[in-house]
Amino acid sequence: MPKAKPRRGAPGIFGRDLKVVNIGIPTFADDLSAQGVTVVKVDWKPPAGGDSEMMRLLDKLGT
Amino acid sequence: MKKVVIRKGIYRDSINLMQMSTALSKLPGVSQAAVVMATELNRRVLAEAGFAGSDISRAATDDMIVAVDARDAKSLDAALAEAEDLILSKGPGSAGEARLPGSLEEALQAVPDANMVLISVPGRFARREASHALSRGLNVFLFSSNVSLDEELELKEAARERGLLMMGPDCGTSIINHKVFGFGNAVRPGPIGIVSASGTGLQEVSTLVHKNGLGISQAIGTGSGDMSELVGGITMAEGLRRLEGDPETKAIVLISKPPSPKVAAKVLAMARDCKKPVVVNFLGADLTAQALGRARGARTLEDAARAACSAAGAQPPSAEAVPRELVASASLEWPKLAESQRYVRGLFAGGTLCYEAQVVLGPVVGDVYSNGPIRPELKVEGEAPSKKHACIDMGAEEFVEGRLHPMIDFALRKTRIAKEAADPETAVLLLDVELGYGSNPDPAGELSPSIRDAKAAAASRGRYLPVVASIVATEGDLQNLAKQEATLRDAGTLIAPSNASATRLAAMIASRGKGGAS
Repeated sequence: MPKAKPRRGAPGIFGRDLKVVNIGIPTFADDLSAQGVTVVKVDWKPPAGGDSEMMRLLDKLGT
Repeated sequence: MKKVVIRKGIYRDSINLMQMSTALSKLPGVSQAAVVMATELNRRVLAEAGFAGSDISRAATDDMIVAVDARDAKSLDAALAEAEDLILSKGPGSAGEARLPGSLEEALQAVPDANMVLISVPGRFARREASHALSRGLNVFLFSSNVSLDEELELKEAARERGLLMMGPDCGTSIINHKVFGFGNAVRPGPIGIVSASGTGLQEVSTLVHKNGLGISQAIGTGSGDMSELVGGITMAEGLRRLEGDPETKAIVLISKPPSPKVAAKVLAMARDCKKPVVVNFLGADLTAQALGRARGARTLEDAARAACSAAGAQPPSAEAVPRELVASASLEWPKLAESQRYVRGLFAGGTLCYEAQVVLGPVVGDVYSNGPIRPELKVEGEAPSKKHACIDMGAEEFVEGRLHPMIDFALRKTRIAKEAADPETAVLLLDVELGYGSNPDPAGELSPSIRDAKAAAASRGRYLPVVASIVATEGDLQNLAKQEATLRDAGTLIAPSNASATRLAAMIASRGKGGAS
């Protein structure tokens, strides 16, 4: 796992307003928007151009 | 003439790629065109289509390949120029859309109070993205498949430690707070909660609950690997625990193909100890001998939906194995069959519906062969020609690697329908059709011409070919259920109210009237 601040005991998702980040196929985000859900799309590209060694280095740096 | 262009390091998702391929294929003078990521499977498919060459073998997995076959140089150049325009115009910011965040971190600046991340990137990048999301305290819906069970276990343990829901990998459907994630249907809110290791199983049960007049509180997809021995049903257990504590949920359905005895025992113990009534559907498994307390077993998805409605205090309408009017219609079909037509041929987009069909068919017709069989000795390769009774899962890995799911892309199922129609032993075609979010905008429009052609091809050889289908849908789905039904009926399809019912109808036709009751 990359280093970051975990939020232990995060409140359950049931009954809360959904706010979604979509990483990947944009139509999934469009379907959620059509249901009135707040969605932010990420313009995803393979990290480090898909180079797995570079991805491991990035993870170590916590980026 | 054929030409291949490699675009180094350009990524597009599979839906975007299909749209570009379709647009190029329609250009004048173009006989075939494909815009694909250069995965091993796609490189092989292109080589088989005659695009072999050093350019393709040099392409890396993260490169894009544009392959065009055109009748002359002018058409070819025009198509390649159009491809370039399409690739460039899909970039963020150039199609009138504001620049999108490039990472989860950037997105969280726009929605700092986000509470869920939906991830559908290629499998080898999925663990990384999901792991980032969990570490930032976000629940995850992970649609991507091809994530190892070791990675799944790591993600699910991390989620459990942080009190987060980890749905997937390989999670097709969830309904959280009455909002559909992935593939799913517009079901009404209600008292039934679902935890399911199967996407189409969840869709079938939730829509049948809706048809029975009730609705869904929450439906949690776990992903197909959750019930493996290694992962041990972490999300199944977490989902059950949360539904037990959810005031809107009155009864709970757990859905999975039969898991290993160890995982099954764990889940059954949790179901027995739950304060709310639980219906356990380990498809095909007979749980009557188990000490389940207030919980009960259901053999099929159809049984599970009915049992859940009863458990929630409702009286679902009395069940007929096959509705009477359909038996009447079917009884007009089987007398037209030729002597050679003996076998049911099921072609499914939903893997769990394929499995349920085998569970229902077996007792009526005997052994059913499948690429996802209920017993190992009945295993056949999905792409091999059908033999005897067969149910083929067209969403299995051998059909979808590097392609869109058959709920969206009907090309392979249409080809297979034609093959089954040409086989003199095919007595009846059995199909599933899924409407709702994520699916094709007009499945009946896609299938109907193929159904007509199949019937015509059989007729030209002196045979009559019955076709039976069920539609996983509600009247609230965007594709318009009534219109979809009408289109399929006009093409000569008998439509049953559930997959189990359609399967019994198909069995009845193939066996000339047997199998009406079960």
